[in-house]
Amino acid sequence: MQVKRLEKRLTIAERLAIPEILKGLAFTFRIMFRKRVTRQYPEERYEAPIAAKGQPLLVENEDGTPRCVACSMCEVVCPPKAITITGGETEREIEREPEEFRIDMLRCILCGLCEEVCPKEAIVMSDRLELADFTRESLVFDKRRLLTPVSELSNRIRYTKEKYDKWHSPSS
Amino acid sequence: MTTAALIATLVKIAVFFGITISLAAVSTLFERKISAWIQQRYGPNRVGPWGVLQPLADGLKFIFKEEVAPAGANRLLFRLAPAMAAAPAFMTVAVVPFTFPLILDGTRIPMAIADIDIGVLFFMAMGSLAVYGIMLGGWASNNKYSLLGGLRSSAQMISYELAMMVSVITVLTLAGSMNLTRIFEAQIPLWNIAVFPVGTIAFGIFLIAAFAETNRHPFDLAECETELVGGFHTEYSSMKFALFFLGEYSAMVMMSGLITTFFLGGPSLFGLVNGIEDPWIKVLAGLGVFLAKVCFFLFLFIWVRWTIPRFRWDQLMHLGWKLLLPLSLANLLLAGTLVATGVL
Ligand code: SF4
Ligand code: SF4
Repeated sequence: MQVKRLEKRLTIAERLAIPEILKGLAFTFRIMFRKRVTRQYPEERYEAPIAAKGQPLLVENEDGTPRCVACSMCEVVCPPKAITITGGETEREIEREPEEFRIDMLRCILCGLCEEVCPKEAIVMSDRLELADFTRESLVFDKRRLLTPVSELSNRIRYTKEKYDKWHSPSS
Repeated sequence: MTTAALIATLVKIAVFFGITISLAAVSTLFERKISAWIQQRYGPNRVGPWGVLQPLADGLKFIFKEEVAPAGANRLLFRLAPAMAAAPAFMTVAVVPFTFPLILDGTRIPMAIADIDIGVLFFMAMGSLAVYGIMLGGWASNNKYSLLGGLRSSAQMISYELAMMVSVITVLTLAGSMNLTRIFEAQIPLWNIAVFPVGTIAFGIFLIAAFAETNRHPFDLAECETELVGGFHTEYSSMKFALFFLGEYSAMVMMSGLITTFFLGGPSLFGLVNGIEDPWIKVLAGLGVFLAKVCFFLFLFIWVRWTIPRFRWDQLMHLGWKLLLPLSLANLLLAGTLVATGVL
């Protein structure tokens, strides 16, 4: 078998190392004046792309009612069991709405299954990615804190619908 | 000693020591800043405007850290070692002339804390002492990795000291004096680095050896995360650890000062500062020039650290014993011959 030697013989100048060291120093000196790439975090925030899956939020209709019908699909599908729903009746046409809806953000793994499974597009993943706090209690979100006006979430709703239509087009 | 001389000495101690310590603190900041710039980052910029208070914050943090001594450590030596590592660098401050002698009413006040005639010998002695702190620190920790780090650094410092001292002797031959003030005064017409070839070669050897003596990259084999966990200071915490670092950075400042004095004419700048009439302005301008040169070398130390990969252990020894030492001896011989025959 023929063996090809890849090892390069060093020239005398390279073996002396000094010219190479100077080259290296010149290079690093030039880099010192380049543009910095660090993001200065609290001032320069990260613009989450629309596909990002942040904290799940409940959609609130224009008239201030929750869109959720308390079907408990999301509660069942949630892998770490982060969602707890207490269903209740309502006079509205949809007949049922959640009395209480809790998402324990200490458990939530941001998998997005709740959003995927919801028949009413009533729970969607938001762009809230900064999910740290100082107490455990404050990280268990109740209905009041989860309900978000539909106008704030319409981009995400449109995006998920687009994806759904693409993969489940009637023709296929 | 008269009262005036005593006061002058005390003032000199306060000023020069203060300069050294603050330069050491500033260079820790710049170490992080420059390393960041070379990696296209910003570096510390949160504590104070532009991060200038970072060294202070670091110091405070070190003070509040818990002191831990490993079981089986030699208590006395474990405590003594950080001080022994830092002290030689501080003591060297005593002989370095920071600027031109101040001439007031005909009295000459030399601007080194102790303007002794054996300044170079004193520096050599202190340079040799520096190794003890590191070696004892490694040994007293009762940790095999620390011990290996200490061993490496002692072997390294001893081998590079030889080449360094021989190149200093070359400087002595050129200047004809062991007094550091006289050494830089002899260079006012022509800096030693420009005395081709002996001065230039001696400068190169001294510079390389200075990197090894201060345990800086690319010769920082005393500390190595991958092989030695940390190095001689693995077991140290809180202010003891800080003292090792203060020692390292002060040694850097002092080495820069000595390189400046030995090879770059100390506070002189092509005869410009030397010609100033007013004694005070001359002293201050000299100090400025001296500090500018020192800062350049501090920058060089940091710049090199973040550019060059480190040496392997055997390469380091090879370079020290087989290359630098014979080269410096030959250089000394050449310098001696040139001076004896009156060429230089
Ligand atoms: S994102 Fe996943 S883990 Fe979080 S609540 Fe929804 S289903 Fe549960
Ligand atoms: S799946 Fe949708 S509608 Fe059903 S309970 Fe969950 S959020 Fe409400």
